[in-house]
Amino acid sequence: MQTFSYVKAASVDKALAGAGTGKFIAGGTTLVDLMKLGVEQPPTLVDINLLPLDKIEKLPDGGLRIGALVRNSDLAWNADVKERYAVLSEALLSGASPQLRNMATTGGNLLQRTRCAYFREPSAGTPGGYGCNKRTPGSGCTALDGFHRTHAILGTSEHCIATHPSDMCVAMAALEAVIHVEGPKGKRTIPFEEFHKLPGDTPNIENALEPGELVTRVDLPKPIEGTRSVYLKLRDRASYEFALASAAVVAKVEGGHIRYVRVAMGGVGTKPWRSHEAELALTGKPVEAATFRRAAEAALASAKPRTDNAFKVELAKRCLIRTLKLATA
Amino acid sequence: MAETADQRLKRLRSQFSQQELAPDQQTLELEPLNEEDSALKSGRFSRRSFLSGLGATGLLAGAAPLAAAAPAIAPETDETADTAGTATVTLRINGKDYTLRGLDTRATLLDTLRERLHLTGTKKGCDHGQCGACTVHVNGRRVNSCLSFAVMHEGDEITTIEGLGQPDNLHPMQAAFVEHDGYQCGYCTSGQIMSAAALLKEPIGPTDEDIKGAMAGNICRCGAYTNIVAAVRQARA
Repeated sequence: MQTFSYVKAASVDKALAGAGTGKFIAGGTTLVDLMKLGVEQPPTLVDINLLPLDKIEKLPDGGLRIGALVRNSDLAWNADVKERYAVLSEALLSGASPQLRNMATTGGNLLQRTRCAYFREPSAGTPGGYGCNKRTPGSGCTALDGFHRTHAILGTSEHCIATHPSDMCVAMAALEAVIHVEGPKGKRTIPFEEFHKLPGDTPNIENALEPGELVTRVDLPKPIEGTRSVYLKLRDRASYEFALASAAVVAKVEGGHIRYVRVAMGGVGTKPWRSHEAELALTGKPVEAATFRRAAEAALASAKPRTDNAFKVELAKRCLIRTLKLATA
Repeated sequence: MAETADQRLKRLRSQFSQQELAPDQQTLELEPLNEEDSALKSGRFSRRSFLSGLGATGLLAGAAPLAAAAPAIAPETDETADTAGTATVTLRINGKDYTLRGLDTRATLLDTLRERLHLTGTKKGCDHGQCGACTVHVNGRRVNSCLSFAVMHEGDEITTIEGLGQPDNLHPMQAAFVEHDGYQCGYCTSGQIMSAAALLKEPIGPTDEDIKGAMAGNICRCGAYTNIVAAVRQARA
């Protein structure tokens, strides 16, 4: 591991001032792992664990404010989250292990890096090593014709097919969360859907954060009266595994018809995958198997499977259909 | 002309003695451990001190220059400023404060516990947060000590398996593991027990399935899972 200097920031201002070319560290569950692999080599680490960003607060408009340092387990077990944003609690509890959930933070999970084996391979992007455009732009993508059973089928490009691994983000996409950031140029908010970037020809750029910007909190809007929300995750084993396909659905049914619905999918996209196509196919339609099937077809219509991950197309459809059934039952 | 075996040995020895050791290999920088020191002086050998002694003997036989140089590499204990990449940190572990000078900022909590403080009950398995062997409690919550830098834990209350119970006063979870034979080789056991002890305070459901889910972050390659679940079930009752 590269040597780094370590700074503990006592305030957001001090953290921003100390950022420089370094990285912020909170839970460390992704960053320390990747530093050991040589994927991340920050010259400076700014420890932000002392910042007052560890609260979950109700907003006057009925929404919920989640500090960037709120740990995954605290968020999952929060009474408000369990009752009013069940999809988020379920998504968090389906991710990682209890130990990791005690460490991992809300802000950090937004920035979770892909589990693509080529990205994580220490030699990736170096001469003689595996190509990885995320690690070293222009070095190629070994996963395209390599091991890619777990890779993305939606939002891919010829430069990168790495899956976004977060469960929390899929739920937040369906809940239409708003991300608050603070940086050298001041404060701003980013709608969830605009936060993560498609790989395109710059897979090294994963999100909308500017250099030196810090995620300070995530706001959830007030839940729509009468909605029900569900997260379903399908994977190779029942616990402590990344999704092969997952779905987050927030839905409201009136008179046997779907009046409101938000759909997001995980394990299949290069970013947390909000499906407006599925929502369009569902809104105003009767709650029945044919409606769900049409929505699933619409959600996966633009899928670009490769040799070993083609099974994900049907798996993701069935995952979404099952989740829709549960959310509208 | 081809190198003779003797020349090759000399070359490798000289390379080895000059080579800078990685932080996790710097066993010569260990904090003195009073118990083992006194054990050595009184002629009582623990398994660990015996094995360490064998290692040192091996080094002495194979690379005399390294052993001779050892005192020079030992850390300064006076009040010198930390150099780049090092820090002075006070860790509170099992109710006792340890001030560590010149701690490499890259040292994980796990390596610091084991290599600097000789608290070797906490084990290193995968070193990437995937196996749970390194589980300790930080402020009462279970975490993977391999994925955390020690410098980040100033002011935290850290509990390791050494602080959970004592041979004559076992934590109920330790007693339950003994009673139900919740192990085979024992390597994952301290992590399993630290994880299970923390689980007692978490809002998880009452069933065996809930126990299995809550213990998912701890892998046992011997496959003692059935007995581990039985032990946890008993300790929760």
